[in-house]
Amino acid sequence: MAQKKAAKKATQKVVLKDTEPKIGVYVCHCGSNIAGTVDVPQVVEFVKGLPAVVVAREYKFMCSDPGQSMIKDDIKNLKLNRVVVASCSPLLHEPTFRRAVQEAGINPYLFEMANIREHCAWTTEDHGEATEKAKALVSAAVKRVYYHQPLETREVPVNANTLIVGGGIAGIQAALEIADAGHKVYLVEREPSIGGHMIQFDKTFPTLDCSACILTPKMTSAGSHPNIELMTYSEVEEISGFIGNFKARIRKKARFVDESKCNGCGMCIEKCPWKADSEFDLGLSQRKAIYTPFAQAVPNIPVIDKESCAYFLKGKCRACEKFCEREAIDFEQQDKVVEVDVGNIILTTGYDPFDPTPMVKYGYGKFPNVVTGLEFERICNSVGPTGGKIVLKDGSEPKSIAIIHCVGSRDENYHEYCSRVCCMYALKYSHLIKEKTKADVYQMYIDMRCFGKGYEEFYKRLCKEGVTFIRGKPAEVTDRAINDEEKGKLIVVGEDSLLGNVIRVPVDMVVLCIGLEARADAKQVAQKFGISQGADGFFIERHPKLDPVATMTEGVFIAGCCQGPKDIPDTVVQASAAATRVLATINKGNVELEAAVAVINEEKCSGCRICNMLCPYNAISFIEEEEVSRINEALCKGCGTCVAACPSAAITHKHFTTEEIIAEIEGVLV
Amino acid sequence: MEVFTPLKETTEILLGNGGNPLESCYQCGICTGVCPWNRLVSFPVRKLIHKSQLGVVDFENEEVWQCVGCNACVDRCPRGVEIPHIMRSIRRVIMELGAGIVPHSLRVTEKNISAVGNPLGEPPERRMDWAKDLGVKTFTKGTELLYFPCCYQTYDPPTKKTAVATVNILKKANVDFGIPDNNVVCCGESIRKAGSESLFQRLARTNIDIFSELGVKKILVTSPHCYHTFKDEYPELGANYEVIHLSQYIAELIKDGRLKPTKEFKQKVTYHDSCCLGRYQGIYDEHRQILNSIPGLEFVEMPDNREYSLCCGGCAGRLWMETKKGERLSELRLEQVLDVGANTLAVSCPYCMANFNDGVLSMGKTEDIEVKDISELVSEAL
Repeated sequence: MAQKKAAKKATQKVVLKDTEPKIGVYVCHCGSNIAGTVDVPQVVEFVKGLPAVVVAREYKFMCSDPGQSMIKDDIKNLKLNRVVVASCSPLLHEPTFRRAVQEAGINPYLFEMANIREHCAWTTEDHGEATEKAKALVSAAVKRVYYHQPLETREVPVNANTLIVGGGIAGIQAALEIADAGHKVYLVEREPSIGGHMIQFDKTFPTLDCSACILTPKMTSAGSHPNIELMTYSEVEEISGFIGNFKARIRKKARFVDESKCNGCGMCIEKCPWKADSEFDLGLSQRKAIYTPFAQAVPNIPVIDKESCAYFLKGKCRACEKFCEREAIDFEQQDKVVEVDVGNIILTTGYDPFDPTPMVKYGYGKFPNVVTGLEFERICNSVGPTGGKIVLKDGSEPKSIAIIHCVGSRDENYHEYCSRVCCMYALKYSHLIKEKTKADVYQMYIDMRCFGKGYEEFYKRLCKEGVTFIRGKPAEVTDRAINDEEKGKLIVVGEDSLLGNVIRVPVDMVVLCIGLEARADAKQVAQKFGISQGADGFFIERHPKLDPVATMTEGVFIAGCCQGPKDIPDTVVQASAAATRVLATINKGNVELEAAVAVINEEKCSGCRICNMLCPYNAISFIEEEEVSRINEALCKGCGTCVAACPSAAITHKHFTTEEIIAEIEGVLV
Repeated sequence: MEVFTPLKETTEILLGNGGNPLESCYQCGICTGVCPWNRLVSFPVRKLIHKSQLGVVDFENEEVWQCVGCNACVDRCPRGVEIPHIMRSIRRVIMELGAGIVPHSLRVTEKNISAVGNPLGEPPERRMDWAKDLGVKTFTKGTELLYFPCCYQTYDPPTKKTAVATVNILKKANVDFGIPDNNVVCCGESIRKAGSESLFQRLARTNIDIFSELGVKKILVTSPHCYHTFKDEYPELGANYEVIHLSQYIAELIKDGRLKPTKEFKQKVTYHDSCCLGRYQGIYDEHRQILNSIPGLEFVEMPDNREYSLCCGGCAGRLWMETKKGERLSELRLEQVLDVGANTLAVSCPYCMANFNDGVLSMGKTEDIEVKDISELVSEAL
């Protein structure tokens, strides 16, 4: 309903005094990019001979101010009503030239571009071939633009609410930015508490800030902010709609604890006799069947795990219910499904740590004292499985620890990319080990990637703390001792590439610097939100340099490690950037939609509904009472599928009419 | 200290001789750590690759002949660098452009292959003598399967038993097969890895012409080296055959019930995974299935098995080069056989067999270990 009311027609300065097309053609040199291969003057001469062409010019850089002024002056003086620019790819400068003609008083859709650079000058070294092709391309554009009609862009209002999916540091940061600006945020997190991976860390590099100490203030802010509706233990089931007007269906999983009654006293947890492996501690310790994942959980409301609760499994116990003073335990609680309306979505779903079990030669899963980076974080943490003491599985203190870099990263056999944070966290572990134990520390690295602010200085600091650096990727971690010194130890075998010798380093404990990989369900999430994954599994940004937080789907943004491995400072920056983009659209209040959409001639429509099923954007609905199909212009992306499929030829594609396409084909066949 | 200056021309020559993988190496050193030679001698794999990158390889240094092409490094390399190809390009420059010294015994073998089509220097007319009294037919147009034994299996007495056993098995399973005539030559796999590229091309051409004329489509081999080159290298010259190794064939025949091992073999047997069937092709299970189907046979695994198998030291032409006692991979492997208490070492490669037989002799363990090819074990159990 709101969508229908919202479709406003933007007024355009439509100047089409003459119905007779008067075309101005501008052929760009683009420095030597085009002119170096295409004989531009020859093309211009050729163009002058084409019908309806009033003027044909050439210029070194059409996209420059003087170039654009040339077009605008000609429009005024020669009363042009169609413009063709033959230059680069429309991806780069179509908006530039459309704006220019609009400023001179012509509808921007009466403009056409011929790509004689990427499609012509840059494809061949043969000057003759390039020039002939350029002539054909410009001729096509000229013939086509003759049939262009003025089109209006539509504006739709933007719902000021925002959906943020994922409650780690990225999601929390983005939520706070938007909430502090006065707008409502739904922050959805599938774990029982927000905090993500960052709350699992002990200290953070390079400042050695306690991770929980810097994160929990933001967590409590987010948990108590009047503009943030926290939905934890919840997952987004379905997204529909379009930018400014999304609908999200969210499932709030049953906690079996009534949130309105629970005061977080923790008595239920204390009294529960049933245990399970703690996910938060990566299985290194146990939690109760009713639990909060960690002490500072936000919200501080427990969850009952059906798989380990005696009541759900065998119908027994109910100790939590007995001891709860607020009568907050509710075994009958059901999942709740809610629907919210939002204008923008930010995905901050984070990463999964790489599992090194397949790397048989490093012995993870075989030797108890080979641990991953994240497990080591928990070991170092004062509320972790060992109370913050760095100890071996048998409780004794290690006398030597080896830290192996690039496990699962920079390795074609697993992930080709570099995970960006491991060199730094390896240094951090070295420091923590030196602080808490007297153990010798060996770092097996290939490169030291210390690129950030204070990172290189941190590396130097660690060199001075007595850490031994050995350059070489280890071949294996073995317990096969070749002398008495090695008996009972884990021996790291590899080449020290700076010495040029194979070395064997006997240690008590090995820490594997595992990389970051895309979440296991990244594919499903991408499909749900209409975005794509790259070859490495992470979500794809609109442009790797110039648009890292937007996606190809308008209104859906990505931030943090779901876009690619990164450290906390970069995550926070991206989260703020995504929040800013969202605030920009909220501030503007409305969004312009592409005018080149499809429209159904309802008189011709036979009601066969073939187009309904084909539309990838669910933009076509069938109107029962009238027995015709109708396209929602706001949802239509102008892909043309329905246009091609309609057996009655009842659908027109604005800006891609049959007339225009045939003219373009005829033009190319000069 | 010796000072180096990078020599682009040398790098270009190596690249032009199939050494392109050297461009991808980022010098992590895992190859050196993984290489089995470093358990016995010093073989700085990574350093040699870097010297190739800079064009400062010492072509007269013995180290350029060390690599056996076992692929242990390739399996672990994070950049997917085919290190044996780099080693091969260095050897091509020595063999074909005379840039260094070829080890004497390798030179002799190369001359043998070139002159008479087999590394042992035996007369070609006697190539099929091993099969004289076995009632085997020569392959002709229309025969379903060509059985192509390794040169060693046709001339060398201990390894000949493999060919004889194979024929026995094929006959018992009623397979329609034929053996080649005396005109075929060595498959050329190892001499190619040793650097003789033009000799390999000539050998391959000879064999391909003969196979084409005879309409050969399916080839059964008993050497993993023949398997590798017929399957993966002959297609470079346009020839595509369906290649099976005997182990794959026997495993299938046993599964289909066409072969039934019934006679007991009451020994403790371990199996050595050959590089060319194992790491190169991923064929590990078939041998274990076969051994476990022989009644009375007690099978034990050695450490360093399957994809982590320890090369016997015979690939890439090293079978034809001198290796000092105390520096032999075969002897290291035989120690492992003794450690697991096995008295029979099952192999599926003639080069492994030759190396291990030598090792058993020089270690004085002839009473303790018997080396047998899988075909022999199966044939004796039928």
